[in-house]
Amino acid sequence: MGEAFSSRSYMRDLKLPFCPGCGLFALSDTFLRAVYELGYKDLSNFIFTSGIGCTSWIPSPYFKADSVHTLHGRSIPPATSIKLLKPDFHVVVFGGDGDIVGIGLSHFIHAARRNTDILVIMGNNMVYGMTGGQVAPTTPYKAHTTTTPYGSFEHPLDAAKLAVAAGAAYVARWTTAHLSELKGSIKKAIQLQGFRFIEVVTQCPTAYGRRVGFKNVGEMLRWFKENSIPVKQAEGMSEEELEGKIVVGEFVERKRPTLVENVRALLKEAQKGGKKD
Amino acid sequence: MASKTFFWQGNEACVEAAIIAGCRFFAGYPISPANEISEYMAERLPKVGGIFMQMEDEIASIGAVMGASWCGEKAMTATSGPGFSLMQETLGWGFMTETPCVVVDVQRVGPGTGQATKAAQGDVMQARWGTHGDYSVIALSPNSVQEMFEVTIRAFNLAEKYRTPVIVLTDEIIAHVREQVVIPPLEDVTIINRKKPKAEDKIFFGLENVAPMPSVGEGFNVAVTASTHDEYGVRFTADPKVHRRMVEAINNKIKKSVDDIVEVENYNIDDCRVGIVSFGCTSRAVYEAVEAAEAKGIKAGYVRLKTIWPLPEKQIRRLAESAERIIVPEMNLGQLYHEVKRIACSRDVVPLNKIGGGEMITPEEILAEILRGR
Repeated sequence: MGEAFSSRSYMRDLKLPFCPGCGLFALSDTFLRAVYELGYKDLSNFIFTSGIGCTSWIPSPYFKADSVHTLHGRSIPPATSIKLLKPDFHVVVFGGDGDIVGIGLSHFIHAARRNTDILVIMGNNMVYGMTGGQVAPTTPYKAHTTTTPYGSFEHPLDAAKLAVAAGAAYVARWTTAHLSELKGSIKKAIQLQGFRFIEVVTQCPTAYGRRVGFKNVGEMLRWFKENSIPVKQAEGMSEEELEGKIVVGEFVERKRPTLVENVRALLKEAQKGGKKD
Repeated sequence: MASKTFFWQGNEACVEAAIIAGCRFFAGYPISPANEISEYMAERLPKVGGIFMQMEDEIASIGAVMGASWCGEKAMTATSGPGFSLMQETLGWGFMTETPCVVVDVQRVGPGTGQATKAAQGDVMQARWGTHGDYSVIALSPNSVQEMFEVTIRAFNLAEKYRTPVIVLTDEIIAHVREQVVIPPLEDVTIINRKKPKAEDKIFFGLENVAPMPSVGEGFNVAVTASTHDEYGVRFTADPKVHRRMVEAINNKIKKSVDDIVEVENYNIDDCRVGIVSFGCTSRAVYEAVEAAEAKGIKAGYVRLKTIWPLPEKQIRRLAESAERIIVPEMNLGQLYHEVKRIACSRDVVPLNKIGGGEMITPEEILAEILRGR
């Protein structure tokens, strides 16, 4: 493979902005390792879009690449048009749970439905971290956040299951305690077509961990590891048994005509007999 | 090639003009009275190698348009008041990232759902101040199907030239009325394309004389963000100096080019007692009213705004030098009126408003207002 891996060679000369102990250092690094192991010496085959939130900062502007940093929740629509117009590039979306399945949920579902050829990587820290730790659609039931001082009275959303139901081509979930598996999924997903979704449960010690009683990052990672249930094992468990657990692994891998394929076919059909102005 | 004549509705003329201007990406969401634009686009674009997407909402539509523009394509969306409201945040993204695109707002009665199929002119201020923060906007207003054709091409040209979203502020009447349209020979149509960077260029943002715009996938490693950024695209979310410099640049590139952007239709403005300032469908009634006033021996003149934003202040001021009374007819409860009053403050500026049901202000009503001041 030649040169040894160095994340810096894929990054601008800027310091990542994350808090000490943040899981997003590992997510950024794991993504770049996957890219490296696939043989890409730089990111010139990739175009990134992201929204607003800590995870959205990973590519923008830290990756030495084209990155379109959009509004909160709005990274998927521009990724859709970019993929349609630049089909030879890997279009990768980075976003947090609030960004992707809170404010931007509709775009997420429709991109899965269309089988849009993009890879969405969602850092799920179970909270709105950047704004100070407010309750998110992914916050565990009863958890204390800055806007649920008496505990969350809402049920969390299972983004991975939702992506499967909506028609995604590939769905996986790992945590920052499963970096090797995560890297494997990223490598696989980059090489597949259609809508690919990887959820990464990640620790936010600043805005979540300390408020729900974790003393340090190590405790959070241990919690991820001990609470994780492989997909196959989860299939045989009841809803009650799965309460508060993190189901990890690959949820689906399937082939169905993708948006790019469908639009290509449409253009061919419309232009039968030659282009007309 | 000779010119060609068609009998089109406004929305159809808009689509044909966009395609001639080079538009090859359209994303939209169903809404009356803009639907025909999507429908014609869905049929026409694939034939010329373009892509049409019906997105899940207006927010996604304009988001996809912005993404397409960063791929180097000329892109457009069309909507009406409620959808235009939903697009405002992303329009702000477009102003801040200097993303050329065209947004057609076919105005209907509001606020709220209002009267979905009926004409109004209530989005004048939404077009100017719809998103938050400090920005300058270009908004054009056609008053015929022929002009819908011309204004749409001009909207793309201005968007590319100044690297900014441009709004075509039309209304249900111009969008749906069918009129004759003459398309000039295509070689006579001016088409402007964006300035592209040279291989060694590094500055892509925040220049008063408009920075070159790379596309994604061209190897420039461009970082596009609507957070405050410097000329290289690097975020500075707390530095007051960078913010002032960049926001002043995106405003000044429009402000210093007002004379290039503004287009009006003037009649008798240097020698009138009564002046009328109007735009869009309402201006059609002004022609007849002024003729009738002249028949009664009253010297009347008008400024008709083909460009609403930036406001043609010079032309309105000139009208105010001769006209003692200025009437501002519009299908809202008074939006453009306040701007005219501000400019012509020493004159008797009179609003003439009508809302609801898509009922136009008639020539008789304008004439009555002209005569009232005699």
